[in-house]
Amino acid sequence: MSMKKLAQSNNFWAFIFLAPNLLGFLAFLLIPVVASFGLSFVEWDLLSPMKWVGFKNYIGLFHDQVFLRVLWNTVYYTLGTVPVGIALSLLLAIALNKKLRGMKIYRALYFLPVISSYVAVAVVWQWLYNAEFGLLNYLLSLIGIRGPSWLSSTKWAMPAVMVTSIWKQLGFNMLLFLAGLQGIPSTYYEAAEIDGAGKWTQFSRITVPLLSSTTFFVVVMSIINSFQVFDQVFIMTEGGPARSTSVLVHYLYQNAFEYFKMGNASAIAYILFFLVFLITMLQMKFSDNWVIY
Amino acid sequence: MKNKRTAAIYHLILIAGALTMVIPFFWMVSTSFKALKEVFVFPPTFFGDKIIWQNYLKVSDRYPFGLFFLNSIKISFFVVFAQLLTSSMAGFAFSRIKFKGREALFSLYLGTLIVPFHVTLVPTFLIMKYFGWIDSHLSIIIPSLVSAFGTFLMRQFFLTIPEELENAARIDGCNPAMIYLMIFLPLTKPALATLGVFTFMGIWNDFIRPLVFINSIPKMTVPLGLATMQGMYSTDWPVLMAGTVISLIPVLVAFIAAQEYFVRGVTLSGLKG
Repeated sequence: MSMKKLAQSNNFWAFIFLAPNLLGFLAFLLIPVVASFGLSFVEWDLLSPMKWVGFKNYIGLFHDQVFLRVLWNTVYYTLGTVPVGIALSLLLAIALNKKLRGMKIYRALYFLPVISSYVAVAVVWQWLYNAEFGLLNYLLSLIGIRGPSWLSSTKWAMPAVMVTSIWKQLGFNMLLFLAGLQGIPSTYYEAAEIDGAGKWTQFSRITVPLLSSTTFFVVVMSIINSFQVFDQVFIMTEGGPARSTSVLVHYLYQNAFEYFKMGNASAIAYILFFLVFLITMLQMKFSDNWVIY
Repeated sequence: MKNKRTAAIYHLILIAGALTMVIPFFWMVSTSFKALKEVFVFPPTFFGDKIIWQNYLKVSDRYPFGLFFLNSIKISFFVVFAQLLTSSMAGFAFSRIKFKGREALFSLYLGTLIVPFHVTLVPTFLIMKYFGWIDSHLSIIIPSLVSAFGTFLMRQFFLTIPEELENAARIDGCNPAMIYLMIFLPLTKPALATLGVFTFMGIWNDFIRPLVFINSIPKMTVPLGLATMQGMYSTDWPVLMAGTVISLIPVLVAFIAAQEYFVRGVTLSGLKG
């Protein structure tokens, strides 16, 4: 086959193999992403004609007390879930990496919340958090603490949602850490042992640096995911009481499908996109400095 | 002696963690078998006096859970099948067929991986409204037929297949379609299974899309049905818990049957960040 013919034949086959995928990619990813950007500059309630308003939606949002509250709640949720969730899952991964008996059973049990839907998990935890008859307040009463009515308290509703999320994601992060730990050659520990290094020295001098790429990755991913929290908030509190658990995606949902402010919703979507983009860029820029191999 | 003690500490940590994971599920099951009046007592009891099976029947009396399952199964089947097909085909093109602009197009796919799903929600809703697919399963299936992540993943898998295999087949007169069907797909069965499980989990548990696109009860998926039931019967905990138990059974069965694929499938989403 001549080079030209080969190229022609390649183009033909590339088209055959790519066409269905490309069609879906364009129609439901690329075009919506671009359209969403355009919509963030208009005012539109689906009924009256679209009106171009420039940056008004963005400016309006940053003067909107509710939006600022929602933005802060999202940050608060991230700060509340990511560090604790990562510390706990790392601890479990280290324990699980000791190859003790029953490891497979432990792993399966930690995995149960991961495979369950957020809706199911949220419904169950709503019952656990019940003020009068919930299991949690009963357990607290055993040690003499009178538990609040978790989900209807502006102070406690958000921490309650956070605990549910940490519980749900623990097994997932643990698994990522476990994979990272298993990538560290055991000869390093054996050599350190011979040199007389204690357990703590081994942890801080071998485990921590060699696990840094995994840790970094899990941190960034957890932050990005927590910026997009929605399901559990919607089921457990619907953003209440008094907006205390309302987050970015919840406000986006309300703007689009309750208030029918498509422009505002799109602007929120792009602010979310920008934040996620920023975190990803920081990851790319700093991963070389923070990650030690 | 020292080793035994550290092993005991690790076991203790793992058991404490495992109990924390299991107790909510236990509480869900135990509540689902209680009578309503046994739920509203303090201190709560771990088991009711009698096993009330009727709670499970009440679930389907009030809401067509059987139908929710059929809907979820139907949607999941089409989406998983289509994504495996479109992802593996495009992954094959991106890894094995040389064409002009390949790298640029692939970078575009990679670039969209960081876009939060919610950015596409409003425009997708408008497209669905335009086609009149709101409150139809098409509104969930059609936008999910293609996945940039799945495409990326299949490309990575295909890149690991040695070129010699392909060249030998080419000399024997195979065209790319035959190479894809007879060499690449059979060799990546585990990868396809992993991606399939990953896709299934995402679509089966998906909530926000059904919430936005589906309005009528007979069209609802399992998570949306459960959420609707929760909104209506938020104080009938035994029945609500029975509904939750039912909603979890299919994923649990699938998990027990294919645990390894689940574990690998879920860690795949780790790559997504």
